[in-house]
Amino acid sequence: MDFFHQFVQQLINGISLGSIYALIALGYTMIYGIIKLINFAHGDVYMFGAYVGFFAITFAGLPIFPALLISMAITAVLGMLIERLAYKPLRHAPRISLLITAIGVSFFLEYAGMYFVTPTPRTFPDTGLNFSFNVAGFVINGQQLMIFGITIILMALLTYIVQKTKLGKAMRAASFDTETAQLMGIDSDRVISMTFCIGSALAAAAGVLVGVYYNTIDPLMGIMPGLKAFVAAVLGGIGILPGAVVGGIILGVIEALVAGFISSTFRDAAAFAILILVLLIKPSGLFGKNTNEKV
Amino acid sequence: MNAVRKRDLKMLIFGLLVYGVLQGLISGGVIGSFWQLNIILICVNVIMAVSLNLINGYTGQFSLGHAGFMAVGAYVGVVATTNFHLPLIAALILGAICAGALGFLIGLPTLRLRGDYLAIATLGLGEIIRIVIMNIEYVGGAAGFKGIQHLTNFTWVYFVMLVTLFFIKNFVNSSHGRACIAVRENEIAAEAMGVNTTRYKVMAFTIGAAFAGVAGGLFAHQFYLISPNSFNFLASFNYLIMVVLGGMGSITGSIAGAFVVTFISAALASFPEMRMIIYALALILLMFYRPQGLFGYMEVTNFAPFKKFLVNSEK
Repeated sequence: MDFFHQFVQQLINGISLGSIYALIALGYTMIYGIIKLINFAHGDVYMFGAYVGFFAITFAGLPIFPALLISMAITAVLGMLIERLAYKPLRHAPRISLLITAIGVSFFLEYAGMYFVTPTPRTFPDTGLNFSFNVAGFVINGQQLMIFGITIILMALLTYIVQKTKLGKAMRAASFDTETAQLMGIDSDRVISMTFCIGSALAAAAGVLVGVYYNTIDPLMGIMPGLKAFVAAVLGGIGILPGAVVGGIILGVIEALVAGFISSTFRDAAAFAILILVLLIKPSGLFGKNTNEKV
Repeated sequence: MNAVRKRDLKMLIFGLLVYGVLQGLISGGVIGSFWQLNIILICVNVIMAVSLNLINGYTGQFSLGHAGFMAVGAYVGVVATTNFHLPLIAALILGAICAGALGFLIGLPTLRLRGDYLAIATLGLGEIIRIVIMNIEYVGGAAGFKGIQHLTNFTWVYFVMLVTLFFIKNFVNSSHGRACIAVRENEIAAEAMGVNTTRYKVMAFTIGAAFAGVAGGLFAHQFYLISPNSFNFLASFNYLIMVVLGGMGSITGSIAGAFVVTFISAALASFPEMRMIIYALALILLMFYRPQGLFGYMEVTNFAPFKKFLVNSEK
């Protein structure tokens, strides 16, 4: 009973952590699906989002939800700018050049962040969510509820955009075959821009949620979640949206269980071990072959 | 054959001359302790960059976990000298064997992956090595290994560097090296021509890992304390930057890359953030305007004055 209790509690923690990975992984997977680039800077875009949220709450005195929206909007513009300035000139360059550029952009965001907002971790302001429920002996707190709620809303919104709108159709077409999509009259530059826009907005939401959940943010906070979200995307099958969500949640749960039952120092190793196992056993990921719908 | 040896001899004499000048300056007290340390770091970084270049540049397998192998060499080395009182040379060889063996074991399954998947897998492996070391109490865990004897000096690192350079240069010019380059140029075509691609990929990876182990051993014995965090993936990126800056597939390039990067880090040591911002912008601009790096596939011996010098003497 005691083991079971702890297991379920870790499961709850794992799902909330996993939701955050899922939000970041969605951006990774969308960008990879469309330009075949591991956007190393995506984790730092998430950090940027967290800082925008932080400044919106502390200095502009906004409540949490408007701050979240503002952060998503500003970060979306940053994502678009990164694509325009750093990746677009290399559209026809070898993929290794693109990958190295992404590493460069990632470094730039991290250390420009350190330069402008100082490396000291900031404490996220109290958002009035520090209450907790006791459901049948399991603790769920306000932050976790908010994470669940916002993740579900954003995913529903994303599904709507991708499945029902013209833009979503263009995105699916471009990720299926960029050149043919272009021949059919789809402005692929615009679609790529919008993909960065949406992916970055999701990462920003994840950043603000993490700030609320863990209460502290710093300029290097994006490195590990960025890498792990990539692991989540690969686990689910890179380029596949539901895969990113499932991969993120599985990763979060495994990590919480490793931290809870083995040792928290091994949690990062667990994520990478999963990555290597997936790559060796089924490189196409969990959802790899069952669907050919990619964004 | 004789001509090749003569050429090597010339390079060796050049290497000895450089050593003589630097050692003279150090003994004469012209180079202070800060720059002395940086010269040693340059030599260690040259070993790291050249060995990574063998994997990334010559064989075309994008590895992002090179610091992990360096960590293995460093920890095996310090355990050998501190706990078992072995001489430095034995520690370096042991470190190289362990790092190489690990590289072989890791390379065998992961080198089936391509491009960015391999990059992420090696990055993950590098991190796993670091985390495992962090959890071994015998070597000090996260706090690091303390009380290392100061055994490294300029003479050691310089000559080990020379040996590494000659080894890698001769490997690349051998039939094995040609096979590695064939794998880089086109894996399918290489396989069709009868090159056992897996064998050469694993071979390059193992040799690269072994030399990273040697570099780790030298690096560790320069300091009194090493901690697992000196070998995180930022360190791996740092070596990658050296290779990319110098030119993937050029030994001269790796030397230049290691020199420039170490020199800039030392010069900007008091502005760590600025340093990294400059790195980042340099990396992006490099990819825009000169993606092949400073030297591309060229070696210093390909440039006219050097060529003339080397060829004339061979007549």
